[in-house]
Amino acid sequence: MWIYEKKLQYPVKVSQCNPMLAKFLIEQYGGADGELAAALRYLNQRYTLPDKVIGLLTDIGTEEFAHLEMIATMIYKLTKDATPEQLKEAGIGDHYASHDKALFYHDASGVPWSASYIQAKGDPIADLYEDIAAEEKARATYQWIIDMSDDPDINDSLAFLREREIVHAQRFKEAVEMLKEDQGKQKYF
Amino acid sequence: MDSFTVRKHYYPYVSPFDPCRPMQVKQYVTPPNLYINYQPPNLPQFTPREALRAGTLWKAFYDPYVSPYKQRE
Repeated sequence: MWIYEKKLQYPVKVSQCNPMLAKFLIEQYGGADGELAAALRYLNQRYTLPDKVIGLLTDIGTEEFAHLEMIATMIYKLTKDATPEQLKEAGIGDHYASHDKALFYHDASGVPWSASYIQAKGDPIADLYEDIAAEEKARATYQWIIDMSDDPDINDSLAFLREREIVHAQRFKEAVEMLKEDQGKQKYF
Repeated sequence: MDSFTVRKHYYPYVSPFDPCRPMQVKQYVTPPNLYINYQPPNLPQFTPREALRAGTLWKAFYDPYVSPYKQRE
């Protein structure tokens, strides 16, 4: 069960009318390494992982939905007042033709989200290593979007999301360490 | 030893026939989690207010990102 708090995990402010940024940001919405893929990956894998790391996947998977909501807010704000002409200029005329201003789970090139982006192998090490890789790929995606964005307010929110990827990667690495059962040996690597 | 940084760089080969102005230095990120296996106890913390902004409670994991392309300009 979940409890919903009607607020964003971190404030989202958009200071420039730049619908083209929405085209890039949607990579983190419905892309292979986006927040939807992350949330569904962890919340599904957790059933068949050892008990002591299930809670971690529940927590991180839940947080990914909070990130998804932030990305959705950015995309919505960047496009809600744009004319079809502006959307065409921004390179998202193809999105408008199919969806109007509605959000949809596809990547920056318009490829719809697919469950083949995620895996559940049933092998705890294989699954956790996939999760670590997913966090590092999402971190990199945030870097490339920040590289292309001149909006200081959006970049502030993206920097927060990028930092969370680093923390999540760290926690997944610690889960691997826990499964190695080296804890309690007073052995700091 | 040089002072430690999580930003690494290398100098790729530049051909006299490259069509674009060469980028002589390529930078990449090695985030702090790469250097810490299991988080040791009693690491320094941000204040709660700072942590909410930074995205982490732990100073050791804080890694602000500035685009290397914007630094170059």
